[in-house]
Amino acid sequence: MTDKTFRAFMRTLSALLLTLAVALAASPSALAEEGASYPHVNINVHDRGALQRGARLFMNYCVGCHSLQYVRYNQLAGALGLTEKQVLDNLDFTGAKFREPIVSAMPEADATKWFGKVPPDLSLEVGNRGADWVAAYLKSFYLDPKTASGWNNTVLVNSAMPFPLWQLQGEQVAVMNPPEGGNAATVTELKLAHPGSLTPAQYDQAVSDLTTFLAYVSSPDELTRSHIGMWVILYLVLFTLFALVLKKEYWKDVH
Amino acid sequence: MADENINKGRRRFLTASTAVIGGAGLIITAIPFVETWLPSARAQAAGAPVLADVSKVEPGQRLRVGWNKQPVDIVNRTPDQLKWLDSLDSRLRDPDSKEPQQPKYCQNKYRAIRAEWLVFIDICTHLGCVPDYYGEVKPEPFDPKWKGGYYCPCHHSRYDISARVFQGVPAPLNMVVMPYHWVDDTHVLVGVDPPKGSPQLKGALTGSLKGVAA
Amino acid sequence: MSALVQWFNERAPGMGAAYKKHMTEYYAPKNFNFMYYFGSLALLVLVNQIVTGIFLTMFYTPSAAGAFDSVQYIMRDVNWGWLVRYMHETGASMFFIVIYLHMFRGLMYGSYKKPRELVWLLGMLIFLALMAEAFMGYVLPWGNMSFWGAKVIITLFSAVPVIGPHLVEWIMGTLSVPGDPTLNRFFALHVVALPMVLLLLVVLHLGALHEVGSNNPDGVDIKHGPKGNRWNPDAPADGIPFHPYYTLKDLVGVGVFLIICAIIIFFAPAVGGFFLEPDNLVKANPLVTPASIKPVWYFSPFYAILRAIPSKGIGVLALGGSIVALFLVPWLDRGKVKSIRFRGRSYKIALTLFVIVFLLLGSIGADVMPIWLGLVYGSNAEAIVSTNLLIARTLTVLYFAFFVFLWAYTFFGLERTKPVPERVTTHD
Repeated sequence: MTDKTFRAFMRTLSALLLTLAVALAASPSALAEEGASYPHVNINVHDRGALQRGARLFMNYCVGCHSLQYVRYNQLAGALGLTEKQVLDNLDFTGAKFREPIVSAMPEADATKWFGKVPPDLSLEVGNRGADWVAAYLKSFYLDPKTASGWNNTVLVNSAMPFPLWQLQGEQVAVMNPPEGGNAATVTELKLAHPGSLTPAQYDQAVSDLTTFLAYVSSPDELTRSHIGMWVILYLVLFTLFALVLKKEYWKDVH
Repeated sequence: MADENINKGRRRFLTASTAVIGGAGLIITAIPFVETWLPSARAQAAGAPVLADVSKVEPGQRLRVGWNKQPVDIVNRTPDQLKWLDSLDSRLRDPDSKEPQQPKYCQNKYRAIRAEWLVFIDICTHLGCVPDYYGEVKPEPFDPKWKGGYYCPCHHSRYDISARVFQGVPAPLNMVVMPYHWVDDTHVLVGVDPPKGSPQLKGALTGSLKGVAA
Repeated sequence: MSALVQWFNERAPGMGAAYKKHMTEYYAPKNFNFMYYFGSLALLVLVNQIVTGIFLTMFYTPSAAGAFDSVQYIMRDVNWGWLVRYMHETGASMFFIVIYLHMFRGLMYGSYKKPRELVWLLGMLIFLALMAEAFMGYVLPWGNMSFWGAKVIITLFSAVPVIGPHLVEWIMGTLSVPGDPTLNRFFALHVVALPMVLLLLVVLHLGALHEVGSNNPDGVDIKHGPKGNRWNPDAPADGIPFHPYYTLKDLVGVGVFLIICAIIIFFAPAVGGFFLEPDNLVKANPLVTPASIKPVWYFSPFYAILRAIPSKGIGVLALGGSIVALFLVPWLDRGKVKSIRFRGRSYKIALTLFVIVFLLLGSIGADVMPIWLGLVYGSNAEAIVSTNLLIARTLTVLYFAFFVFLWAYTFFGLERTKPVPERVTTHD
């Protein structure tokens, strides 16, 4: 009888904990950027092709201003499956040595003069803001004559960054809502006014590759972690089974 | 007390096998922790090769570069310095460089790829001080028969102009010649062996003064 | 082997005796259930934190200028550094999961009741030291959340009457915002002082426990029951030697626990931003506050209580009170029956509610509740904020209500208990 109420109690409690766990799992954006959520992009850091294409994009369009100060070229070579020569010839445009970090060649004083601030290091950008944010940001530039650079962004409003990929995506313009009741005009939609060298589908792929690369850069351990993890868990299961059999053997003494 | 139903053999087997599996797990877990002490990527970057331009180094002079946080000296030896090398053999601990203190391709009396150029880590093999360069062939207070070389101020160890250690000093070994090679006639890449198939690898001397002191 | 043992016994006769007292001749009730794994697991996590912590200390730079970079150095440049850090970081969260379950076990089975009040008090001191240890450890990476967390928590002390502002300066070591002095003293406390305090308290906690013996899910005092078991005619009949029976049982628990830890460490070390927060991947910046400042998940129930109250002084008092109340449980609860199995129905309901309240407070402190409310109210931010606050306040009242109820229920003899059996009832 007492056992029955106790079991009921435990059942209620576990059901409760389970509900909570599910509820938590169902709110993954809980700790992402407050407010808005962004279209989900599927990225896979184990996709070497995407990593290599993303690295190439980064080195061609981003490293002029943005550093990856915590990443070294030789670490890049390992992750991308490239040789030292391939990396130095195709990805290292800063003149850095193979084992040196990826640091933008742009002097900080110039950066401050041109953009008003030093462009942020992007080593931890995906970890900090999320892959979805980065991808959405790269797709949300539009022409805006009111800004210094001539560009604006719907994800990061008044971003100081001029759109570096405009030749690829083309030029987007904003369809605006008229100002309403004291509120400023808002962007309802972005339209591609002048196509770039890539089709929209190709551009989406390019953004996805670049995001994949930045996701790897943000947590490089992800490339090796899961492989090791499988073996660790297999071992632990084996150990637990032996421990269980041993425990059962000894507990035969207990009546 | 009541041992009637205990299968001791089974218990011993299970205890031993669980202990072995658990112990193996502990040892394997220890490996990553031990390996954290290996040189990190940053430390390895500090050991990255250094390219030195020696076009401005006059005969008898030397250039010092930092490699792997150690002083590397590149000495432009004169024929006057080199001609004494053979005569010193009887006073040296390891005149033929038999100890592995240099790459195979530098195992000659010049301890070099090019006879006139000595490239080595200027760290005393006694206790790690940095010996001073006494290049001139003239009697010195620490050695009246001095033919040029390195002298360690810490404990008076002496080395000849090929960084070979003298007998009767505390240092046990010749100073280290690290991997290096000539990229062209005026550039040395410190820290990297000559590329595969290069004549520099063969241990035969190359360069203009080849065989000068023979 | 036996010669070696003899050699030691002749020179240190206390060691063999201590081993027997605490292991082979420590008779624990034979009916421990699932809830009894968490003590030994807490010890395991403590060892993990010390070992991984020692290795992290070898590579970490305790300075405002170098701390953040040194953590990335550990994560990327040091061989296996990522593994050591993930073990430490996962260990910190697992420590609290295990400790919370351990404390809940105590509440369920009345393990704090006479003669185990001291065991409970020492355990609460461990909890307190652990909170300080975890908070200071969280500051060390010097990310923006570390920085602002430190600032907010230290500023709590300004609520102390009269000396408040001076106290804040004294703790911070600067005139304005946390800086090198703060980071360096937190580092010293985190890696040297508090671990020693924790170890000492753990020894005392176990020492006190082994003096009086372990409680069990039936709350039956086996020492007062019949004597004689198959190992010793004078030992409690319902007791079994801790070693090998519970050491082996705990080993199974360790295996399962490590599987869970490995899944986290190798497959989801950030646990969706709960164990490692995205906002802390930006360097400390005294000029930019993160969008929402909140502590790591394990502090969130207490943080929710702090935020629920619109007065700084009372908020801090409530925060302190929510922990002090736990210290007082052995004296608030006057009931004679220990285990929930034989306690009154109202206690079962109250404890269940308390757990729910604690978890929901956690969801508020971690800013998860507003997301759930968003499902109801859509984009009506005002409704979400006000409902969130209303729920937070209700839950805060309910949190304290549990302790008041516990006292009143038992003090006025309202509890209708069931008869406690003479012997323990179940074992596996």
